[in-house]
Amino acid sequence: MFVCDARKDEKRGVKHEAEKTLIELKNAGFTYGGREILSEMTLQLQPGSFHFLTGPSGSGKTTLLNLCYQALLPTTGMVRVFEQDVRAMTRDDIARVRRRIGVVHQNCQFLDHLSVRENLALPLAVSGRDDDLHPSNVDDLLGWVGLTERGDALPPELSGGERQRAALARAIIMSPDLILADEPTGNVDWEMAQRLLALLVELNKMGKTILIATHDLNLIRTVKSEVSARVLRISNSKLQLAGADL
Amino acid sequence: MERLRSLMDIFNGDGNADRVVPPSGFTARLTSFTAASMAFLAVFALALSLATGRLAARWDAELARTSTIRISAPEGQMAAQSEAVLEVLRTTPGISSARVMSDAEQRKLLEPWFGPDLPLDTLPVPRLIEVLEEGRGPDAAGLKLRLAADAPGAVLDDHTRWRRPLVNAAMRLRILGVVSMLLIAGSTAAMITLAAQSALAANGQVISVLRLIGARDVYIARAFVRRFTLRALIGACVGTGLAIIGVLFMPAAAEEGAFLTGLGFKGWHWILPLLIPPLAACVAFWATRWAAFRTLSRLS
Repeated sequence: MFVCDARKDEKRGVKHEAEKTLIELKNAGFTYGGREILSEMTLQLQPGSFHFLTGPSGSGKTTLLNLCYQALLPTTGMVRVFEQDVRAMTRDDIARVRRRIGVVHQNCQFLDHLSVRENLALPLAVSGRDDDLHPSNVDDLLGWVGLTERGDALPPELSGGERQRAALARAIIMSPDLILADEPTGNVDWEMAQRLLALLVELNKMGKTILIATHDLNLIRTVKSEVSARVLRISNSKLQLAGADL
Repeated sequence: MERLRSLMDIFNGDGNADRVVPPSGFTARLTSFTAASMAFLAVFALALSLATGRLAARWDAELARTSTIRISAPEGQMAAQSEAVLEVLRTTPGISSARVMSDAEQRKLLEPWFGPDLPLDTLPVPRLIEVLEEGRGPDAAGLKLRLAADAPGAVLDDHTRWRRPLVNAAMRLRILGVVSMLLIAGSTAAMITLAAQSALAANGQVISVLRLIGARDVYIARAFVRRFTLRALIGACVGTGLAIIGVLFMPAAAEEGAFLTGLGFKGWHWILPLLIPPLAACVAFWATRWAAFRTLSRLS
């Protein structure tokens, strides 16, 4: 499997201090249109941990993920990403931090005029790491997510499941420290869902930190049998530690 | 340094940054057409400005080198006063030569107003003496006093009252030409800014995806800036080329110095219209860069 080697960053002089906490929320809340979506969220994601985020539809799972990669700023409390306060970050800081976070959205967006292969390679181009890009690496990644035959297709030609797999491949091509996935198996069949989860488990075993928002309890049970995963539940805008009922 | 690097990237090219923005035929054509039109107009404004400058200089030089002495005297005294005037002029410093204009020459001067059959000998037409000056010319006030003493019917006309409004008019036309060029540059910048903002707004999804994967604003802006700068450069090259062909076909400057002839470039002035395409590209570069960063900061 291909993922960019973080050691190459060090060779280039791009040093990432070993953070003790990748994501830290301290009494963080988010209010939109007068409605309190999240409140008093306190959470720490340690390097190498595996977390599930559950909760009913509309409970704020996506909002919490958005807070984690600075698509939204908290209206109350504090959010720190890679030990930096998100409120103090410039847009360039945010861009740099996002290169260390792989995001798989519920509604995956691509550049529709570029092929799947080009979309996968885009994070490397954007971060000036074109030298890490070899066609065989992208092909390996395409094979890993079962899209070997679809590399030259345009994103609008992909099915929902194929789009999610392509989004996952794009999210991990930079070998990010943290992977945030919002219902990554929502549009795929059970077999593909298990393959994708196996992929995420493998990444976690390589030391990557994973946070998956899902309401699929079977999925959580499958993963919990393989790795030590914590399950967080959002209920009534608040975060709770679940687990006993799983 | 980053700005300089951005400017150099325009020409060096960045295949990846180029490709992230989808091709947009209409905006591309609009930008190129605008740049071509503005360059075309700028060439003519430049030609007008330079031509009026030359005209002003020519009028100033030609009229400044000559003056006229008009003698109005009874028939019997005309010859004596003419001789007295010539004598005064001969002894006046700053006068190169002076001569009495012949009847035929005076008839020719009056012909546009009175027709070719003017009976000059029956009319009390003043005698004209053409004076050619040298160096800094004569002391007009002193000359007038001497003429008043030796030839009371002689009036010195050093053309100042003709020259000043003509030169002023030509200089104002020149200023108008320069102002027109500034307005053209401003309009080009405004139109390219609008086109760039429209392109950025139409590519919201592209920007959203690029930000999601960690693209810095400078990377996103560069893709748009390069595209618009190159479009403006190509459009301006076409517009300038067409305008230069148009200028080449303009009538050459007539001997009579008619105003609408001689609208073109002379000598090293031909280099000036060639500067319009790179200037248009610079205007497009800064306009798009400003629009891109402004739009991106609003989208955050």
